[in-house]
Amino acid sequence: MIPELESFKMPILSLVTLTPALGALLLTLIDRNNKALIRQIALMVSFLGLLFSLIMVGNFDATVGTMQMEENLPWIESLGISYHLGVDGFSVLLILLTSFSMPFVFLSTWKAVDSRVKEFHIALLLLQTGMIGAFVALDLILFYLFYEAMLVPMYLIIGIWGGKDRVYAALKFFIYTMVGSLFMFLAILYLYNHAGTFDLPLLLERLRTTNPLDGTQQFWLFLAFALSFAIKVPLFPLHTWLPDAHVQAPTAGSVVLAGVLLKMGTYGLLRFAIPLFPEAAMDLREEFCWLAVTGIIFGACMALVQTDIKKLIAYSSVSHLGFVVLACFMNDVESLTGAILQMVNHGLSTGMLFLMIGIIYERRHTRELADYGGLAGVVPVYSVFFIIAVLSSIGLPGLNGFVGEFLILFGAFRADAVWGILAASGVVLGALYMLKMTKMFLFGPLVHDANRNVQDLQTREILYLSPFVIMMVWLGLYPSTFTKLVQPTLSLYVQMLQN
Amino acid sequence: MDSNLLWIPLFPFLGFLLNGILGKRLGNRAVSVIASVAPLLAFMVSFGAWRKIIDPASSGALHWDGFPWIWLDGILEIPFALHFDGLSAVMCLVITGVGSLIHLYSIGYMKGDPGYHRYFAYLNLFTTFMLLLVLGDNLLLLFIGWEGVGLCSYLLIGFWFQEDENCAAGKKAFIVNRVGDLAFLLGMFLCLIYFGTLEMSALTNADNIAQVSMETTGFMADPDTGTGGMAVITAIAILLFIGATGKSAQIPLYVWLPDAMAGPTPVSALIHAATMVTSGVYLCCRLMPLFEAAPMALSIVAVVGACTALLAALIAFTQNDIKKVLAYSTVSQLGYMFFAIGVGAFSAAFFHVVTHAFFKALLFLGSGAVIHAMHHEQDMRKMGGLRKQLPFTHLTFLIGTFAIAGVPPLAGFFSKDEILFAGYKAGIMDGNSLATMFWYVSVATAGMTAFYMMRCVAMTFWGNSNVDAKLEGKVHEPGGWIGFALFVLAIASALGGFLNVPEFLGGHAILGHFTGLHVSHANMTPEELDILHAGEWTSMFISLAIAGAGLLVGYLFYRNGSGLPAAFRSSAPGAFLGNLSENKFYVDELYAFLIVRPFEAISQLMHTLIDQVLIDRLLVGGSALFVRGLGELTRRMQTGFIPGYLLTFGCGALVLIYILLNQLAKGGAQ
Amino acid sequence: MFSLPALLYLSALLFSIGIYGVLARRNILVVLMSLELMLNAVNIALVGFGRVHALSTTSGEHGGQIFTLMVLAVAAAEAAIGLSLLLLIWRRWKTIDLRELCRLSG
Repeated sequence: MIPELESFKMPILSLVTLTPALGALLLTLIDRNNKALIRQIALMVSFLGLLFSLIMVGNFDATVGTMQMEENLPWIESLGISYHLGVDGFSVLLILLTSFSMPFVFLSTWKAVDSRVKEFHIALLLLQTGMIGAFVALDLILFYLFYEAMLVPMYLIIGIWGGKDRVYAALKFFIYTMVGSLFMFLAILYLYNHAGTFDLPLLLERLRTTNPLDGTQQFWLFLAFALSFAIKVPLFPLHTWLPDAHVQAPTAGSVVLAGVLLKMGTYGLLRFAIPLFPEAAMDLREEFCWLAVTGIIFGACMALVQTDIKKLIAYSSVSHLGFVVLACFMNDVESLTGAILQMVNHGLSTGMLFLMIGIIYERRHTRELADYGGLAGVVPVYSVFFIIAVLSSIGLPGLNGFVGEFLILFGAFRADAVWGILAASGVVLGALYMLKMTKMFLFGPLVHDANRNVQDLQTREILYLSPFVIMMVWLGLYPSTFTKLVQPTLSLYVQMLQN
Repeated sequence: MDSNLLWIPLFPFLGFLLNGILGKRLGNRAVSVIASVAPLLAFMVSFGAWRKIIDPASSGALHWDGFPWIWLDGILEIPFALHFDGLSAVMCLVITGVGSLIHLYSIGYMKGDPGYHRYFAYLNLFTTFMLLLVLGDNLLLLFIGWEGVGLCSYLLIGFWFQEDENCAAGKKAFIVNRVGDLAFLLGMFLCLIYFGTLEMSALTNADNIAQVSMETTGFMADPDTGTGGMAVITAIAILLFIGATGKSAQIPLYVWLPDAMAGPTPVSALIHAATMVTSGVYLCCRLMPLFEAAPMALSIVAVVGACTALLAALIAFTQNDIKKVLAYSTVSQLGYMFFAIGVGAFSAAFFHVVTHAFFKALLFLGSGAVIHAMHHEQDMRKMGGLRKQLPFTHLTFLIGTFAIAGVPPLAGFFSKDEILFAGYKAGIMDGNSLATMFWYVSVATAGMTAFYMMRCVAMTFWGNSNVDAKLEGKVHEPGGWIGFALFVLAIASALGGFLNVPEFLGGHAILGHFTGLHVSHANMTPEELDILHAGEWTSMFISLAIAGAGLLVGYLFYRNGSGLPAAFRSSAPGAFLGNLSENKFYVDELYAFLIVRPFEAISQLMHTLIDQVLIDRLLVGGSALFVRGLGELTRRMQTGFIPGYLLTFGCGALVLIYILLNQLAKGGAQ
Repeated sequence: MFSLPALLYLSALLFSIGIYGVLARRNILVVLMSLELMLNAVNIALVGFGRVHALSTTSGEHGGQIFTLMVLAVAAAEAAIGLSLLLLIWRRWKTIDLRELCRLSG
């Protein structure tokens, strides 16, 4: 809490959310051939977004667990839709993560994207607004709007700037997600009919007091919400869009997809699906936990047999996010803290891995593991960063990944030893596929001559990778900076669910 | 509250950062200075801390409260706190002391290697994690060190990463360790659930243990009544021990250690002999009261330890790579330590950790000197007669060999004797048939140890030279830091045993008392003490006899031109056993056949069947096909012939009008 | 001389002819002409009803007639747009046969 800022009343959440969109608007006015200027403006805008997010975190009161910095303006009054924003422990870190990763995404595309630069940057900025908007929206329609608004830029990013099979991947991504969100939209409308509001806090209140839902209603509505979010996570067996999307997406797309977009699913479960329909969530807990555990192990097994680096990391995301889903259904502060940390950690480690793959792809134009090997001798600095990212991903204690996994596994083990043991075996498998990849990628003899002259990291690249490493160590050794922010909210949430 | 403790791991860490980031620009001389000064400084801080805690006025331990680590107010509070007591003091001194020597040794050994600064950065990082492991005040902090040393081991085994084998060995080490760590993690969860904390002092508190001992888990419970499950305390002990079998290379997870010899030899000495691999033993000693409360777990520890000791010794018989012999010997000695823990002699086990650190580091460094002199030749069949060219190395190696074989008064004699006596007491004196059986195993292993070490010395240093003619003239005694390290360690191996001379030989078991592991005899009657001492004398003579026999047989077998090994191998049982031993009892192949390959095959199969065919082709593709089919049907209605549309439109309009009129008529009727 | 039923019969006849023309003929020009026919059938009906309405009330409203004028104006506009489209279609595809102009076929 920064005292000088306390009295400083500005619509900080709107600023965080809409700055990128305004930036996109500004970009439309720039000459499309002036690529350098476009890149610079986009970067500045994203840094501005980061600044606003930091101000938001500075203003965030870590002692209360309720919504903060709320903004509530009537929007479409006749339908009871309002522009209602707010932030609490669930969203604060995710907003920060989003704003944190965007500048580095822009830096990473400095050279990688050279066609339709203007459109690309506009799409990315709109994507950022969509993501942050979805994290701060407290009105179901507003949330849905942002949630869907993310789809279009992402679809374009994959479909236009992607790899060889980009159209297939983009369509698959779009339709998969669309199907899920359609059901959610129907459920939102049903809720409006039932309780007469789209406003989340009001809705929660009414569902608990004046307009309770009966068991069947809860069951179906929960399923509709959960389906949409489970696709986004993605939860086994709804995950097959992810490897395709990741493989085809350009680096920036993959980073955003893995870093932030996937968290929308787990965030949605925690913010909407479970608190709105707690009884249905409890009834279906076993099923979802089993799916999550299956996903952890299945994703790891799949990652083990991939030959494409990006596909391997995509499957590792399936495995890692399985942990988060497992934790979402645990209803204790440890697991939920673990879930939020794991979301952030996965964003950092997988985001960084994708950035690194992007860097090497720029130089070698291949993603096949078999085309690499022995790089550690050619690009030592790159290798150091890569290994740090790998270690963070496999949850080495002392780096960020471990803290989240430890909390989640502990919660799961306490709830049911079998879940705990099975999920924990995912940690062993994680080491297995990640080290296998590292070995094939960096170590061994240098068999391909094309790898002999690969350039090591440049200053620009080191600059945008270093913050990731710093965050990894920070979260690994001093996570209480961040857990402090989320704990009050989670305590309240658990209390609410237990009643 | 003593924040100076932080400097113990921090000095090597700073060394790691400096060398890791700036190493290439600093030049090799600066790198070596930084790298070796860092553990030396840590040694000095540890020494200062040790001086503080032996002061009778002190509480016997130093503590640094640190900062909150995984910290949820009132729910789960795990601090980053360090604790320095007798046990960690000894470990710190051994790690930084032996560690400093090995750093110095490496300056000579790694000279001219292109990855010079990288090597020292890793070595410093390892020292950091190892110190964190022994200083951690709670299990989770210990776990940082635990996995961290595993990481450094991985990096250093694969240090020469251009060779596929080295990387494979490093990977294997990490993953096998992870399997153990999984159990460790689960053990910690049980501790957290039942003790509510991971702090060492709480886990070893007698009241807490008594309370938790009442609890049982559902595991192995009677399915009908749900009662009589495994005691929680037993489950915790077993899980933590499985963790220890990973790090300390016990059955079934020992397979990584022999492969780990792919790393540079000083690394094998420091990590895979002196320090890291003993951390499992350290863990058990640290949690002694907890293990003592779980007798069933202790018997498992004893059985596993004794079996590992025997198996590894059997394999060591036929290895021809000098480092592999030492590696299996390490596995075997670690088995010894666990056997001691299993029969309740924690003090003996820890004593052996210390002496083993001295003589095994000496042996490895000696073998390193040989390998260095032989230009990276490790096959003992291509050595022989090196006594003449390498007299100093030969002497120190011989001291190490006699120390490990248990020749008095060298270090190994005292510690091994204590372990054997513990087994003797638990088995023969207390009449426990299981312990008796495994006491026999451990006695036999003691003899075997002497035998294969004799073989190693004889093949390397004695007899006729089998050295490649091209190398013959170039073999020379290593000087400088290599010689210095050998010299210091040889003295330590010779005299280290006097740290803990048992009472019946007139000593005071200083180490045992200092670390708090010693079981006091104070409440024994003089008659009981007499019986005890008589047992100690008997056991000592047995162990002396078996060590002497082992050495003698080894000498007779492998002295120049005895021809006995060949004769043995040509007999039918000899050929069979020899093959078995030479191929390491086919354990690696068995694991590959039972676990590794089926797992990969199943993964591949699942990828094809479930992911690609079932989900993508059938479900996702299927629903797409269904929608397309529907479209295929309905698109036939779209003829493009405008009058057709009009007709449809008109008919529709008529129907609507009809309905409307009907409604109106009804309304009118009402 | 004024008989509403006769007028309505005429209107219905014209309308049916128009519908037939629109649905059955393939020449766009003829279809447009048939369309005009239908519009004028409606006009006749409107004029007829308007007359009846005007007779039955004293105020003398002329809504039917006014509507007819409206329809005539709209029909003129429609014919103009239709014919110009027709011209464009002819220029582009050299046909005004509806059976050949079925590019929307699924």
